Amino acid sequence: MNLLDDLGTVLASGLRLTAPLAFAACGEYLAERAGTLNISVEAMMLGAAFSSVAVAGATGSVTTGLAAGMLTGALTGLIHGNLAHRLTIDTFVVGLVLNALVLGLTSFLIAGTTFGSRPPQRWPLLLLPGIVLLTWWLVERSRWGLELRAVGESPRAADMTGIRVGLRRRQALLWCGALAGLGGAYLAVGEVGSFNQNMTAGRGYLVIAAVIFGGWRLGRTLVGCAVFGLADALRLALPALGVTLNSQLLIAAPYLLALLAMLLFATRQRRPRALGKPFVRQEP
Amino acid sequence: MTRTAAWSALALLMSAMLIVATGGSPGEAMQALVRGSVADATAVSVTLLYAAPLLLIAAGACVSASAGVFNIGQEGQVLIGALAGAAAGLRLALPGPALIAVVLLAGALAAGLWAWLSALMHRLRGVDIVVSTLLMTFVAQQVVALAVNTPWLLQESRLGRATVLPQTNKLPPGALLGSLGGYPGLQLNTGLLIAVAAAVSVAVLLTRTRWGFRVTMLGLNPTAAAHSGVRVTVVTGSALAISGALAGLAGAVLLTSPLSTNRLQPGGSLGLGWDGLLVALIARNRPLLAIPVALLFAVLRSGGSFLAATGVPYYLADIVKALLVLAFVAPRARWGRPAVA
Repeated sequence: MNLLDDLGTVLASGLRLTAPLAFAACGEYLAERAGTLNISVEAMMLGAAFSSVAVAGATGSVTTGLAAGMLTGALTGLIHGNLAHRLTIDTFVVGLVLNALVLGLTSFLIAGTTFGSRPPQRWPLLLLPGIVLLTWWLVERSRWGLELRAVGESPRAADMTGIRVGLRRRQALLWCGALAGLGGAYLAVGEVGSFNQNMTAGRGYLVIAAVIFGGWRLGRTLVGCAVFGLADALRLALPALGVTLNSQLLIAAPYLLALLAMLLFATRQRRPRALGKPFVRQEP
Repeated sequence: MTRTAAWSALALLMSAMLIVATGGSPGEAMQALVRGSVADATAVSVTLLYAAPLLLIAAGACVSASAGVFNIGQEGQVLIGALAGAAAGLRLALPGPALIAVVLLAGALAAGLWAWLSALMHRLRGVDIVVSTLLMTFVAQQVVALAVNTPWLLQESRLGRATVLPQTNKLPPGALLGSLGGYPGLQLNTGLLIAVAAAVSVAVLLTRTRWGFRVTMLGLNPTAAAHSGVRVTVVTGSALAISGALAGLAGAVLLTSPLSTNRLQPGGSLGLGWDGLLVALIARNRPLLAIPVALLFAVLRSGGSFLAATGVPYYLADIVKALLVLAFVAPRARWGRPAVA
């Protein structure tokens, strides 16, 4: 009986730790299918967590807080998209700089304090199934998604058929930003109820690991998020249950699993062929 | 050039506006930055201590980037270097100069091997090097955390009833980097000498040797390089290993210089791995240009710690760094043309 209770607690906390990852993973999945290996997803989540708490605190409404988070994420995506797919600066350089910038900016603005303590509100969790379905439909069933995948697989061919490669990639990043923002905002106002310095603490990189672990398929990506969320919940719960297991191994597990997935299933994975490669139209 | 200057000025202006918006004074912040970094001999010493690891990491990043391989795992490689250095320094009983040499060498070797794993994964299964070096960073952080949390690995030994912290014992004095010469107040750590020597060697290696020619050729046009007989796997692997080894050397230098407590701690890299990568980006992958840029970043580090006294949070330095990188990278890019010349 006691064991069942403990199991329930761990599962529930696992689900709550999975949700922020799952929201962001939907966005990252879409951006990667369009050919951007977006490492600024960490910046999107962190910036959104900050602004959602600030706005929710100022207006007293969780809904506006979430909206502000999505806007912040989308703004980060807009900046990333324009620097990487208009100015064609290397997307990893843009991502590194944005991550450093947002971490510096949010730390600067709160200056070591925690702010905006509010009771957590878990209802945004209900948005998750809708978001997942919408992402699946957009990528797999809509014309826009077809063009997006074409841009991720073979930008040159897509360009020749009249698809604007840069535009599609920028749009994908905008969507990615909004969803990563929702994930970060949910983490801040939905789960924790406050913002502290570097509160996402590398969750964006976990999201990237989840998409890789999932072999660029939406369903498996979400499974990856759930595995990583559960591993995190286990790490937090094990000491209380009196089990000593290596917490370092559990923290490193997601990254090791992602690497292992790439090593083992490299030939069977549907990696977008132009992933991470900038597209430059050939001069005639 | 003028465009870069204009963009940098814009970056600084934005930082100043941020200070004003949060109720600070840009003038005072500037004074604090100068006071903490170059105003007197002590401040200069601290700045130079930061410059050494930054330059080493940046020189390494130049090597891999020249081969067309983007290594972004320096943060992890620094940690692995520090870990191997700490293990060698604590476990080997050697006389002074031999010990410090072994510590530095162990750091470089371990991190070189760590980075080379990414090249191996790329060779075996086509795993993207950017992705694997990034993911390996987080694995490295946990490897270090494991080592300093496990009593039979490297965790500090219990003295009486004192609580054991997640850190190693202090390195013996023989394993520490000393100062060069004796100047009143000014410390010139050997680490800086090593770093400058490394940057110059990398510059010579890349521009004056056959191997460097192959590396540059591979970076500029992999297809042409492969067709003209460059062994892509070997050159990629060696470039990545050297880049990792220099980051690992930076980790060992950091561990043995007065900048750290001379104990390995989980956050012992101080985030210098990411900073060193940004230095290389601003220096446009030229190791000699990295020397002044590393000094600038070191000024922001050492001066940044004086900012808090003026009411401006330390993190301003991080914002300035990120904006500066953008200012240096953006003007090279044209609409729809590649940014890399």
